[in-house]
This record gives sequence, C-alpha cells and structure tokens, in this order.
Amino acid sequence: MMFDPPGPRGRRRSRVATAVSVLVVLALVVVAVRRFDAAGQLELAKWRPFLTWPVWRYLLTGLWATVLAAAAVFALASVAGLGLAFGRMSAFPWPFRAYVEVMRTIPVLLLIYVVLFVLPAYGLDLPLFWKLVLPLAFSHAAQFAEIFRAGVLAVDRGQGEAGASLGLTHAQNMRLVVLPQAVRNVLPSLVSQTVGLLKDTALGYVVSYLELLQSGRVLANFNHLLIQTFLVVALVYLVVNASLSKLARYLEARSARSAR
Amino acid sequence: MSHLPALVDGFLTTLALVALSFTGAFALGLVVVVLRIGPLGVLRAVGTGYVETFQNIPLLVWLVLFVFGLPEVGVRFPLFTTAVVVISLYEAAYVAEALRSGVNTVAQGQGEAARALGLTFGQTLRHVVVPQAARRVVQPLGNIGIALTMNTSLAAVAGVVELTASANRVNLVEALPIPIFVGAGLCYALLAAGIGGLAGLLERRLAT
Repeated sequence: MMFDPPGPRGRRRSRVATAVSVLVVLALVVVAVRRFDAAGQLELAKWRPFLTWPVWRYLLTGLWATVLAAAAVFALASVAGLGLAFGRMSAFPWPFRAYVEVMRTIPVLLLIYVVLFVLPAYGLDLPLFWKLVLPLAFSHAAQFAEIFRAGVLAVDRGQGEAGASLGLTHAQNMRLVVLPQAVRNVLPSLVSQTVGLLKDTALGYVVSYLELLQSGRVLANFNHLLIQTFLVVALVYLVVNASLSKLARYLEARSARSAR
Repeated sequence: MSHLPALVDGFLTTLALVALSFTGAFALGLVVVVLRIGPLGVLRAVGTGYVETFQNIPLLVWLVLFVFGLPEVGVRFPLFTTAVVVISLYEAAYVAEALRSGVNTVAQGQGEAARALGLTFGQTLRHVVVPQAARRVVQPLGNIGIALTMNTSLAAVAGVVELTASANRVNLVEALPIPIFVGAGLCYALLAAGIGGLAGLLERRLAT
C-alpha cells in the first residue's frame, strides 16, 4: 500500500478518475467490437458451431492430448531435474551445471527442429507424441533442476545435521528428512512451472501433434472460422492455466501461513 | 558455406526482434505495474486482468491470433511488426510481475514514512520506491530478457525468418545439420550471455 485511505476530496477525485478510466476501457472495447462487426465476425452463424457438442468434443479431445503431453513432460522432466539437482550439489557439479546453463539459452523450438528435421536424417524418426515431448522434457528438466535445488538449499541446515547425528546415511537423510521438506517448499513453483509446460505443449502446432492448438488449426481449416476457433482455443487455455495459477497462489499462501 | 549471409540475416532479425520487443515490453510493463499497485480499484483490476490473460495463454496462440486473425477483421501490419507487438504484449505481463515483486521487496515502512512526509503516490514511487527497487529488479529483468530471446524463435512459426527459421531453411538446402544447428544454438547462447552480462553490469552500476 503506497497511498493513504483517501479523504473526501481524494474520494471525489478517485471517483472521477475511475469514471474516466472505465470510459477509456469501454471505448477500447467498443472500437474492437465495431471492428469485428464491420468485418462480419460477430454474426451469430459464425459463433453457433461453438455451441454444438461435436465441435467441443473435438476440442476437448485436443485438450486431453495437451494434458497427456504435459503429464509426460512433467514426469520425465521432474525425474531428470531431480537427478540434475543432486548432480549439481555433488562433488562434480560442473557437467550438470553446464547442462542447465546450456538448456536455459537454447530455444525449445530449435530443439524441436532438430528432432523434426535432423534426427530423421540419421534414421531416428520418433512418433509425433515423442517429437513434442522429448525436446520439451530436455528443456524443462533444466528448469525443474533449478527449482529442486532451490528447494533443497532452503531446507534448514540443522535438519540435515540432525538426521546425520541420528545415524542416517546420506541417502536416507535426503530421502526421509530433506526431500519431503524441499518438495513442500517448492510445491507452488512446481505448479507454476506446470503452467509454463502446458503452454509449451502448444508447440504441437509445429510438430503437427493434435493437441489443443493444432486441433484448433485443423478445425479452423475445416470450418473457415479462424478467429472464432482460435479465440475459443485461447479461452480454454486461459481457463485451465488460470485455475492452475490460482492453485499455485493458494499453495503459496498456505505454506507462508504454516511457516509463521 | 554460401548460405552464411542468410544465417547472418537471420541473426540480425533475431537481434532486432529482441531489442524492439524488450523495449516495448519494458515500457508497457511499467504502465501495467503502476496500474496494479496504484490507488484506483478499476485500474488495479485492469492490470491484474492483463497479467492473468497474457501469462495464461501460450505465446504461440497469441501469435496465431494476431498474425492470422487480425487480417480477418481488416487490420493488417507487416509480419515483423506484428511479431514485435505480440512478443511485447506477452512479455510485458512478466515484466510487470518482476517489477511488482521488486516494489514489494522495499520495506513497508519506507512507503509509510514517505506518506507521513506528505508525498503523493507518484512522488513516493519516484523518490522512495524506485531508487531502492531498481537494483533488485535488474537480475529478474535480465532473466526475462533471456526468456524473451528464446521466445522470439516462435516468430519463426508465424513466418518471420529469424535465426531459427533461417537455420532450418539453410539446413534444408545444405543438409549440414550439425554445424548449422549448433551454430544457431551458439548464437542464442551468445545473445543470452550478452544480456546476462549487461544485467550484471547494470546491477553493479546501480549499487550504491
């Protein structure tokens, strides 16, 4: 809060400013709507298909494929990320560190192009699903590694020391004492990372794996309702990811409460 | 290699995309963050809505909507301009969040003291909060710059011939995948290292 509760004059002023900004926002909306209307994009006939079950069944099948791809990436990247995180905290951190640093600075699309156009030349032609999942997993593993490492480093040193003094081996100590607390620490970051991962599966558009966006493209080619289809697709992404983001914020608030 | 000029062109296009989009994202992000922390409820809602909308819909969906959708309502821009606008809009949401968490690291007492001295919201921001937050947002902004660099590759999907697209095209002709793609990867790494270095430099300059 960087402002005082306003007095009578401040309240009046803020009412005026509120009215003005509402008007500006409304004006922008009106301009956009009239633009759409002038181009005939608001006609009911162009929106009615999206009230029918077959269209939604098709899009939801796409969403399911998105979820499957995201789940596969999550599983692979979190296991690999955990390994990388422990690698970075071991006696030989540099190869793991190098992997994380390199992956941070290479676009996923470049990796996808390698899988799409380079590997087949060497006789490795993966199924579409893996053409999308593998590059994403390689890239997100680095980010998961950083999340897990931050989580382990955030666990109080005394916890590990207490475990060691109880005679736990290093592995037992990690598994029973440090990791459970670390995972709890990083739960919110894991969920927000999942949002990023889900968004990246939209690259199915490039490898023509039929996830949500690619399904949208196929649908738009079929029904010639380009804007409407992609707006609906965007809305589905928004609903799914906003729910996940909300979950992340809830988890964060909860762990902040229990820390106090 | 006779196609080196094509790759250099692609690299320069990527460089231009990064520079222009980051400038746009920073300017817009500043506006959004002022809305989000400001005293007007409506504008706070607008700022929050903006961040939520752009962070929760994939950049590729935005690119497809703008590049293929806008012409359908009669709005036409050159491809490169559209890419810059979309990447700026998208990354502005991340810039705004980075700036907001920077502002939140400034102790509450600082804002309260400023108000006790009778400074307005704008004055509090300018004289008290920004000077203290500036240093702390440099690294997060650098990371956004690196993520933005990676994201400019998506413009290739929309048809902008930047580094990734030109690497792909040259490879289709020359069939030398390893040097071409490793080279392109190195170029991105170089750009990212440059941004990281710049952020480090700026951070030291802002240290008081």
